[in-house]
Order: sequence, then C-alpha cells, then structure tokens
Amino acid sequence: MIGGFVEFLRFLGRFGLGFFERLGRAHLFLLSLLVCLPAVVRRWRLVVLQIYSVGFLSLIIIVVSGLFVGMVLGLQGYNTLVDFGAEESLGVLVALSLVRELGPVVSALLFAGRAGSALTAEIGLMKATEQLSAMEMMAVDPFKRVIGPRFMAGFISMPLLAAMFSAVGVMGGYFVGVGLLGVDDGAFWSQMQSAVELREDILNGVIKSIVFGIAVTWIAVFEGYDTVPTSEGISRATTRTVVNSSLAILGLDFILTALMFN
Amino acid sequence: MTALSGSRLTPRESSRRIALFVQPTLRMLNNNNELTATTTPLVKIRGLTFHRGGRLIFDNVDIDIPCGAITGIMGPSGCGKTTLLRLIGGQLKPAAGTVEFDGMVINRLRRPQLFEVRKRMGMLFQSGALLTDMNLFDNIAFPLREHTALPESMIHDLVIMKLEAVGLRGARYLMPSELSGGMARRAALARAIALDPEMIMYDEPFTGQDPISMGMLIRLIKRTNDALGLTSIMVSHDVAETASIADYIYVLSDGKVVGQGTPDEIRDSDSEWVRQFMDAKPDGPVPFHYPAPPYDDELLTERDGS
Repeated sequence: MIGGFVEFLRFLGRFGLGFFERLGRAHLFLLSLLVCLPAVVRRWRLVVLQIYSVGFLSLIIIVVSGLFVGMVLGLQGYNTLVDFGAEESLGVLVALSLVRELGPVVSALLFAGRAGSALTAEIGLMKATEQLSAMEMMAVDPFKRVIGPRFMAGFISMPLLAAMFSAVGVMGGYFVGVGLLGVDDGAFWSQMQSAVELREDILNGVIKSIVFGIAVTWIAVFEGYDTVPTSEGISRATTRTVVNSSLAILGLDFILTALMFN
Repeated sequence: MTALSGSRLTPRESSRRIALFVQPTLRMLNNNNELTATTTPLVKIRGLTFHRGGRLIFDNVDIDIPCGAITGIMGPSGCGKTTLLRLIGGQLKPAAGTVEFDGMVINRLRRPQLFEVRKRMGMLFQSGALLTDMNLFDNIAFPLREHTALPESMIHDLVIMKLEAVGLRGARYLMPSELSGGMARRAALARAIALDPEMIMYDEPFTGQDPISMGMLIRLIKRTNDALGLTSIMVSHDVAETASIADYIYVLSDGKVVGQGTPDEIRDSDSEWVRQFMDAKPDGPVPFHYPAPPYDDELLTERDGS
C-alpha cells in the first residue's frame, strides 16, 4: 500500500520535472528564435517561400471552412432572431461572431491541423535524416535557415488567414440570410457597418490571431526540433503539436477575451 | 588551404579569391599533385571523457589527428566513433578533456566562433544528409551561396567542377531521392569540399555500398585527400577498406583507445582487443552477449504459474 503510494509520488515527481524541463527548453528555444529574427528578415525570400507553403496552401481549407461556418451562423442566427423580429440584425450577429471569436479561433485550429503538423513533420524528418546536423557542420545555423523562416511565415500568415476566414464567413452568412431566407439586403450590411467597430472588434480579432499564430508556430517548430529522431518520435511530435496547439488556442482565447472584452 | 572563410564577401573580393579557390579543384581533377602528411596534429584530443544516458562512451581518451594524412578510427559498432566526429565538430560537448582544432579548443568556443571554425571542416554523413528539397546542383551550391557573395556564374562553374570531380556532373538536376546510396555519398563529398575545407570527416563512408561504389569511394577519398592536401578522419568498421587508404589508425573499444599505429602495425598487433576486431572474432574482450544474469538461473527460476 505504502509502496504503491510512494511509486505514485515518484511518478508525479517525474512527470512534473519532465514537464517543467520541457517547458524551459521550449522557452530557451523561443529565445534563440527571437534572437535570430533580424537575420531571418534579411533572408526574406525564404520567408516568402514559407508563407506560400504554410499560408497559401492552407487557404483552401480556411476558405471552405469559413464559408460553411458563415452559412451555419446565418441559419442558426436567423432562426433565433426571427422569433424576436430582429432578423435584420443577422449581419451584426454573423460579423461579430466571426471577427471576434470564430474567425481567429477556428482558423487557428485549422491552421494547427494543416500547417502546424506539416511543420513538425518536416523539421522532425530533417532532424532524423541528419539534414539539420549537416547544416550545422556547414556553419549554417538551422535557426536562421530552417526554423526562423517557418516561424515568421506562421505568424504572418495566421492573421491573414483569419481575416480571409471571417470575410468568407460573412459572405456565407449573407448568402444564406439574404439570398435564401429573405433578410433585407440593406439592413444586413448597414447594421453590420454601424455595429462592428474597427478597434474594439476587428483589431482585437487581429491581435488574437497574431497571438494564436505565434503560439501554434512556436509549438510546431519546437516539437519538430525537439523530436526523437525516429518514425515513432515524429509521429508523437506531430500529435503533440495538434493537441498542444489546440489547447493553447482555446486557453489563450479565454484569457484574451477576458482581457479585451472584460 | 584557401578557404572562403569569414563573413559574406563582396563580388570584387570574391573575384580576387576565385583563382585561389578554383586551384585546388583543378589539382584534384588532374590528380597529379600528391602532398605528403606532416606529423603536426591538426586535431589534438586530450583526456576526453563523454557520457550518454549514464553510459560512459569515452574514458580519458587521447587522440592526435596528423595534418595532411588520412586517419582511420575503427572499432565495433556502438563504441562511439560517430560521437567522436560530433565532438570534434563541436556538436557535442565532452564531460571532461579538450578537443583542439588548429590550437583552438573546440569545446570552449562560443557559437559564432564555432561556426567560423566549421567553415574549415567538411563532414560526410553516413546517410549523405543531402537537403531533400533541393536538386544536386543546389545542394553543392548551398554552402557557397550561404557563405560567399560569388556571382551565380562563378557558383555554377565551381559546382560543375566539384560535381565533375565526383563523377556526377550529368546528375546535377536529380533530386536526392533519385540518387543511389553511392551517388548520394559522392554528392555529399562534393558538398563537403565545396568550401575547400582543411579537414574532412567521413562517417562510415563504406557502409551499405556495393563493391563498385565502394571501390569508387575509396579511390575518391584517397584522391581528394592527396590532391587537396586535406586532413581526413575516417570513421569506419570496414577493416580492409580503411587499412588500404589510412596512414594511421586508432582502434577504439569500451571507451578507450585499444590500439593505434600504421595499418601494418595494427595488422601485426598482438593486443587481444585489436586481434578480435581485425580477425572478426565473434567473442573476446568485446563479448558476444549483452550483460545479463546467468542463463541457467534464468531458465531454472520458478515463475508464477509454472
């Protein structure tokens, strides 16, 4: 009985130490990344290439998802608002939901699944096949050549993708609300225009998506760099990227929402 | 040797150095300029101790790598041969002791200084470690583009020369995934000599090669070393191949240097450790069995349910 309890305490201790050791390593990794950023900016061509692979190639899933989310919002919103005779406010509901919450959060979750996992797998495989070691031996810093451009591309792409998600979502809501359910066209746009504020709503949404972009890309590149260089290690790292990124997005969303909208 | 070291060069400065830079490659192509080894060590390892996961890999090891020679590091699998190369390249830090390269203590250098020193080293990885998102040409051009400001036309000529030297000029547009194992290693050799280093480290260059590729690699390593006046460190467990081109050999086992000398001296060594390795005996000082409790005890012990 006592032996089992001691073993449990040992397990807790090992788990705690492992967790904080890893957290410390991740922060040192982020510090090294931030130090390298000026050098990464000078290699802007690499950043553009990565924006293509991380951002542009994620566009399809973001646009299609945004469209459907907007359409569902239009349907659900109309069904609720029509009971109160307030269906003209559908534009406000769709736009605020997307710009404040769903745009940054859902696009970040999709981004973590699509681009985050790909970043982890790519960097992990580069490690497993000694490409990162080879770069170091050629006096080329992998942080400046591989990790940095991907990190920067991630946090540049994320707000753009979130903006695209919200824009397409509004179009989806418009299509369902105005096109299919007969909400007045002018009321849809004018109420949206008067209710959505640039600083309070749009800017806060952009800040959220930048924070999510940094968090997701940081987790993805760290997991790739820190992976055990075996096929099982890469598989675990990819899974951890998606799980940890998703939890980080939802946790950060709560904190940011509390701070921004009180 | 003339390495294109230092920070990024201006095109004018690069042009001035280009003649010096091209010269060694031309010498290699002609293969008519054999340089002799000197006894001055380029790499001096003293009291090297290194642990990994609680296991002692090196225990107070001293090794000298003479300048201009091919030094073979041999030993059974898992004895730390590749780890030794990583310690020399500064990718790992020893628990105790020093690794000196041309008078600089590698394990005490800061990262920027270490990167400067690495420009004077080349390393051929066992897998080749070519960058998989680039074709062969761009792989060889990679270190040149990273460390010099040479115009693209010059980089083109240099890469073609390096590829010609390893016989892969015609394969320049192939991707690494389209190369055979032997071709990948030759391509990696071309990349390793792209910056015209003073020293090349070969990690198991012959493993998994067919006889033709192996013969080609042996000839290439020897020719590269002689023509460019390089210092070579070759980690291998291929006895005959290493002995055929090495000037000096260290045999490592159990964390220690168990034998050293010229290939002839190693062949004639009466050390039990060296004999087991050279004669490919399955059992000896390096045991066949991984440490385990007595076999009989394990079989005869009563277990639950028996």
